[in-house]
Amino acid sequence: MTALTKEALYAALCARHGEELQQKFAAGAVAVCGLGGLGSNIAIALARAGVGHIRIIDFDRVDISNLNRQQYFPAQLGMYKTDALGDTLREIGLCSEITADCVRLTPENIPVLLKDADIICEAFDRADQKAMLVNTVLEQLPDKILVSGSGMAGLGSPNTIRTRKIAKNFYLSGDGESDSGSGPGLISARVAVCAAHQATTVLRLLAGETEP
Amino acid sequence: MVKINGTEQDIAGKTVAELLEAEGYDLLKVAVELNEMILPKAQYGSTALKDGDTVEVVSFVGGG
Repeated sequence: MTALTKEALYAALCARHGEELQQKFAAGAVAVCGLGGLGSNIAIALARAGVGHIRIIDFDRVDISNLNRQQYFPAQLGMYKTDALGDTLREIGLCSEITADCVRLTPENIPVLLKDADIICEAFDRADQKAMLVNTVLEQLPDKILVSGSGMAGLGSPNTIRTRKIAKNFYLSGDGESDSGSGPGLISARVAVCAAHQATTVLRLLAGETEP
Repeated sequence: MVKINGTEQDIAGKTVAELLEAEGYDLLKVAVELNEMILPKAQYGSTALKDGDTVEVVSFVGGG
């Protein structure tokens, strides 16, 4: 078996997506904040598409309760999510430069850690942390584009998950109401639908499409 | 009239903080867009709504 080179993968991506679009993906810098069911799926989708710079941020370790929906393996239990997902992304994303920050995002460090991203994905679990990140980014980094997720728990119809443009630089995916605190909690496929909405929105933005 | 999340309401003169309290929002879980611009939390109490304003209150739920 011959090891795949970055050049060979880039050529294959160009053959699939077209060179012009691939150049836009390759020029993109995207930060994924939170590496749970949303963030791990978003980051993998972006790496598969060949997004040039992917920054992954989380403070937590892989736990058995994550395995129902998050892109980690049993052998990665106990690892920092930034290390575990970083390993996966570097295998998939030969064309992506992966930067990992094992840190809890706060209003103080967000402007520093996210300053190099063109697009920021909010992929946290807790509602108050989602609001904190969205408010901090929109107030302090007004030139960034933010793609957030809210409402993807349970087994409601996947058709209720959609992406809306809330403001010029703020997109929101999800059904807006299904809370993880009630019902059957978060289930792999439906969380992945929301993650795919967010990742698709990012790729559309990189391609120059601003409508959700 | 002020448009709140797509619905016209006769609440000009009230502040954003008063609106959020009356509607029962948890201030720790919201982001407020006033005329398509983020409204900093520190300005909720001092921002009075005017006729013609458009407000979008995003109330986040848990899960990710």
